[in-house]
Amino acid sequence: MIGSFQFKNLMKTAFRSILKNRMRSFLTSLGIIIGVAAVIVMVGIGEGAQKQIQDELASLGTDVMMVFPGASRFGGVSRGAGSWSPFTLSEVEKIREKATALRALSPVVRAGGQVIGGGKNWSTSTYGVDPEYFVARNWDVALGEIFSTRDVINRKKVAILGKTVADELYPSGNPIGERIRIRNVPFVVIGVLKPKGQSSMGQDQDDIIIAPTNTVMYRLQGHPRIDFLIASARSSAEVDAAQEQLRNILREMRKLQDEDADNFNIRTQADLVETAAETARMLTLLLASIAGVSLVVGGIGIMNIMLVSVTERTREIGIRLSIGARSVDVLTQFVTEAVVLSLIGGAIGIALSFAAAFFVNRLSSLEMIINPGTVVLVCFVCVGVGVFFGWYPARKAASLNPVEALRYE
Amino acid sequence: MPGIIETKRLTKIYRMGDIELAALRGVDLVIEPGEFVAVMGASGSGKSTLMNLLGCLDEPTSGEYRLDGLDVAALDRDEYADIRNQKIGFVFQGFNLLARTSALENVELPLLYDRARRIDDPLRAARDALERVGLGDRFDHEPNQLSGGEQQRVAIARALVNQPSIVLADEPTGNLDSRTSIEIMEIFQELNGRGITIILVTHEHDIAHYAGRIIEMRDGVIVGDAPVRDRRDAAIDVAALRRSGGEGKAARP
Repeated sequence: MIGSFQFKNLMKTAFRSILKNRMRSFLTSLGIIIGVAAVIVMVGIGEGAQKQIQDELASLGTDVMMVFPGASRFGGVSRGAGSWSPFTLSEVEKIREKATALRALSPVVRAGGQVIGGGKNWSTSTYGVDPEYFVARNWDVALGEIFSTRDVINRKKVAILGKTVADELYPSGNPIGERIRIRNVPFVVIGVLKPKGQSSMGQDQDDIIIAPTNTVMYRLQGHPRIDFLIASARSSAEVDAAQEQLRNILREMRKLQDEDADNFNIRTQADLVETAAETARMLTLLLASIAGVSLVVGGIGIMNIMLVSVTERTREIGIRLSIGARSVDVLTQFVTEAVVLSLIGGAIGIALSFAAAFFVNRLSSLEMIINPGTVVLVCFVCVGVGVFFGWYPARKAASLNPVEALRYE
Repeated sequence: MPGIIETKRLTKIYRMGDIELAALRGVDLVIEPGEFVAVMGASGSGKSTLMNLLGCLDEPTSGEYRLDGLDVAALDRDEYADIRNQKIGFVFQGFNLLARTSALENVELPLLYDRARRIDDPLRAARDALERVGLGDRFDHEPNQLSGGEQQRVAIARALVNQPSIVLADEPTGNLDSRTSIEIMEIFQELNGRGITIILVTHEHDIAHYAGRIIEMRDGVIVGDAPVRDRRDAAIDVAALRRSGGEGKAARP
């Protein structure tokens, strides 16, 4: 039972002893200071890296889903080509009506082929999509404009060029308004997309031409077949819900029985995000445990100096015992001192890591995030280190014989 | 009247390897409440060992010890500590104050370990105890700023702060000049006058004659036990010294 009078005295004794040997106390805490700073910096850099990965993936669109036709291979059973059923435009319309969890949905019709324009030619893919495609992929034009739904219905022969295609065909000029021919079909260029760079698979995402769905379907391909659908959830957090809703709508629409497997596949970016985040977490953990080793070394330093302190203060322990301190009182006193020493080291270490974060974020391309949770955790670890490594010396002090301790010179 | 201290055939044997050293060889002693006893003897006679046993700092090898009716032999380490805290005040030859700690904090120390919480206001109790020994103006002084006599007074205040029924003093005047010694004895006589039992270990006959009873020890046994016939009054001696010396305070060593 410790009252405020007892607690105040406990603290006073601990600080008096620590301040009596300032240099020694500082050197002892140094292990903890370095350990704490290292742990927080490592975890901070790890979390920074994790955030950078997530930001990068978010720019690709973590809320994006792609729906492919075909038999699912769950359970190892493929129902073969007979069950392969592509999507139709009317299905797309029905999904749009029902899928409330989706922000955007667009069919994608792919057509390959040679493109001629600006006196040059280039082989690329042409994607037929609805205007919602740009919403789903969070993609916009750098120049010109996006076609409208009316253009889709009217099968208007307009094209938006990817950065790569634009650079290849019109290296030194604005392609807006130019006429190009895709598979000998004339199109007017109405826009150039913003560059998106390589995909996570290493593909050049800018090597593309985008045109209205119906135009590609009927003017280029000549048959109404949708290759896949692209959709985005309202937010990254709602991807799972949106995926589930989309799946239910498709199953209902296609009148699948409970025992039937899906004859379509929904893929999300979430899996990719998860993998990347997991890698970053492992890295953080690894770095933190290496840094944690120095905390243990710091703890051993505390134990060492506490053993010295117990020997030096044998007479004081004798006095305390003679006036009625129980063993547990002496134990508490020395454990408290070890914990205070460790916490002081921890506090300096935390301050150092904040300084480190300031400089890292200012001067390097690395990002370092100090999570309040980490700081709190580190404080608890410091208390733990103090108790663990202070216990043995304190135990030694507490078991001294009062008569012998009083006689100690 | 039952004794506040009663021992029967109390022995203490120290073992160092194969050698056994009998420090106490059967001590029978009864001390009644309110007595002022001086224990005398040459060094090695066992008087300090007896003091340690009576003060519950050490356990006897054999024999009985009843303190205030309590069978001490049956107690464990923590109960020993509680007895030292509640019933006994110690005064040592070397003062045994905590360095770099103010007089007031030194006196407060026993109250830290007072599990019974008999005293509501530790600070006030410590101040009162210091005032009782005449150090009302030295609260914030640390031991190295005090004279030997003043340090011993702080130690006495510390022994008193928990209101013990017994004060054990082991050569309390051993490090003090004769005049300061008498001043310390004056405090002890004054405390004894208020009913506190005092047991004093000393090898100075002059000092022993301020007590009411002298016990002599030799080779671990009591060889003499008699009341003091010509008991001296420290207050009178101090007054006489002041008249001849002319100074009010004890000289610093």
